[in-house]
This record gives sequence, C-alpha cells and structure tokens, in this order.
Amino acid sequence: MADEKQTKLDLNNLKAGGFIKERGKDLFTVRLRVPGGRMSVPRLKKIAEVAEKFGGEFVHLSVRQSIELININFKDFDAVVEALGEKNQKVASCGARVRVPVACGGCEYNPNGLVDTQKSALEVDEKLFGTPTGHHKFKVAFAGCPFDCPKSATNDIGFQGAIYPALDRDACISCGLCAKSCVPKAIVMGEDNKPVFSNDPCIWCGDCVKVCPTEAWSVRKKGYTVRIGGKWGRNPLVGTLFATFLPEDKAIDFTAAVLEWYKQKAEGFGRIRLGDTIIKEGPEALLEHLHNIFPQYTVAETIAPQVIATQIGK
Amino acid sequence: MQVIDLRGISCPTNFVKAKLALEDLDDGTTARILLDDGEPVKNVPRSLKADGHKLLGLRQTDEGYYILELTKVEG
Repeated sequence: MADEKQTKLDLNNLKAGGFIKERGKDLFTVRLRVPGGRMSVPRLKKIAEVAEKFGGEFVHLSVRQSIELININFKDFDAVVEALGEKNQKVASCGARVRVPVACGGCEYNPNGLVDTQKSALEVDEKLFGTPTGHHKFKVAFAGCPFDCPKSATNDIGFQGAIYPALDRDACISCGLCAKSCVPKAIVMGEDNKPVFSNDPCIWCGDCVKVCPTEAWSVRKKGYTVRIGGKWGRNPLVGTLFATFLPEDKAIDFTAAVLEWYKQKAEGFGRIRLGDTIIKEGPEALLEHLHNIFPQYTVAETIAPQVIATQIGK
Repeated sequence: MQVIDLRGISCPTNFVKAKLALEDLDDGTTARILLDDGEPVKNVPRSLKADGHKLLGLRQTDEGYYILELTKVEG
C-alpha cells in the first residue's frame, strides 16, 4: 500500500461560501468576490494566472458581476485562496448570507450617473458581506440613476440614484430643452418662456439638469430611492418604495436595519426571502421599524412587494 | 458669422466635428451651430459648454432644427 497523503484543508476558507460543487468528481466552481463589478487590472492578471494553473479552459462572468473559476479541485482550495490573496482577491458567498453587492459604474465616468454607486457597493461589501441571515440569500444592488441598469428593485434591497432639481431663472436662456427632455412632463414652458416645475410627476432622473446648456437647472438634493423586497427565480417579486433621498453615507446603516428586521421576523417561516416575509407581516411592520431609525427618509406609506406574474398563459 | 452645419450628423460625430471646427476659429469668435432635434440638441450644447465655450442662446427654427449661438473660448 503506497503512502497516501492526508488531504489538508483549511476549512475556515469555506466559511462564507463561494465554493460550489460541480458535476465532476472533486470539482468545484470558485465564485470570486467582485463588489460592484470593479476589477483592477493587476487583480485580473492574478485571476488569469490562478485560473490557468488550477482551473479549466475558461472562467465564467456571472450575472452578478463575479468571475467564477471553473473545475477547481477541492485539494487546491488552500493554494487558490492563497494565490488570489496575493492581490487581495477574495472569494464570494452563496447560501443564506448577504451576497456581494452589485452596482453600475455610477457617476465616476458615466455622465448619466447621479451618485457614487461604486463607493456604496464597496462600503456595504466591506461591512455586511457574508453576514448569515438565518433564512435565505440577501441581495443588494446600487443603480446610479433611474435608467437602473442593475434592475435594483429585483433585489432584496435596491438603491437607485435620484436628484431633486432647482431652477435659477436668471441663468435660463429659454431654450426649452428641459421641458422637451422631461419624459413625465414635470417641466413645461410657461407663458413667460421660463420652465414651470410640478413636483408630482417628477421621477428625479435629472435629465433637466443634464440637458441644460447654462446650468440654470441644478441639483438641489441627491440620494437614493430605496426599494425593498425584490427577488427573481420561480416566484418573482418586484420591490416597493420604502425610502426616498436616503443620503449615500446612510446606505450601510439602512441595509443593516433591514437585515435586522428580516433576521427577526422570518423566524419560524423556514427558507423564506425578505419579500415574502414583508408580504406575510405586512409592509407597515417594516415601514414602522425603518421609520423609527430613519424618520426623515422613510416614506409615510407603501405597498407590499408586487408579484410579477410570469406563469400566466402557459 | 461662422456657421457650422451639423444637421444630419449623429452623436458623437457631431460633437467631434463641432470641436474641430471651433479649434480653427480665433478666441472670442461667435459661431452658429445648426443641430438636429433629438439626441444632437440634447447632447452637443452642454458638451461644448463643458469644453469651456460660452453659450449665448439656443432656439428652435420653424423647420425643426436648432440654432446654437456661442462664443469660442480658447481652452
């Protein structure tokens, strides 16, 4: 009988998840932690190196902005984690934990972006990533504006950048572009050929500010529109409105407060997502909890997460 | 009056052409830039403003296209 080396594995590496069993014997997919989908070039080079050495012929770019190493033998887990660690590349999570936040490019280089989603994603990832929820997965997304490329309302908690506009009538040259650009018609040109603003139709997209050639329209305030309770899969729900103009630096605390409520209230319901928990408890229950901590930003009333009926017609 | 006709040219080519045309003008020259309705008029004026030029006026003609008046500012 040949000497067989005992497979040594640091099981601590497996704590937060991210190692997903594949069909092949002893093979796993390793999901990497890439908050906001931001990948520095040195890290990318290191990942390619590790994939070449330990993985299959390709990596997979997941739908939530991760890079997944394919066909990793479990015996190589420690070596993979260590090698990736050289460039600070960590492993992501799966299971009933807070997942890696997803975010669009935000306002850094995209002229449409209203807020710094990358900063928010990194902060929330740092503080809350991997937190066990006790029930089910917990997904967070940040969108820089109402175009909402990340589909924020399909997440357990979705943040969407918003601005409230202000007009400097003296700087206005009456070109009419703001009224022309305003899709919900919150701005119309008045009789004096200056814009007239109506609060109710405004969706806080900032198109008026972006299009104004003289900066007569400017940002009065900005923050996040927060929707809670979304999920996809077999029984999709779209998240509904719980807070408006939440300051960017409050995103972590807000998410933590929602998580707290979820951990508590889902007790006894088994493997249930936040959206279904809100439907069971009633949205007022979560609204009250949030209003006590964030009175200035929580809305006065809301509706339960809405069912998206994807099975009708079969 | 310098007229730069960008009608029929889509974004961002119209902006690039405007930039290049303005480069050839002396600092302080006033120019009229003709732009199509839609994306061109929504994007080009503020992009030129961001480049440092002084926007004087923007109005729509009866035919539907826009006339942007600006003063070139040397960057």
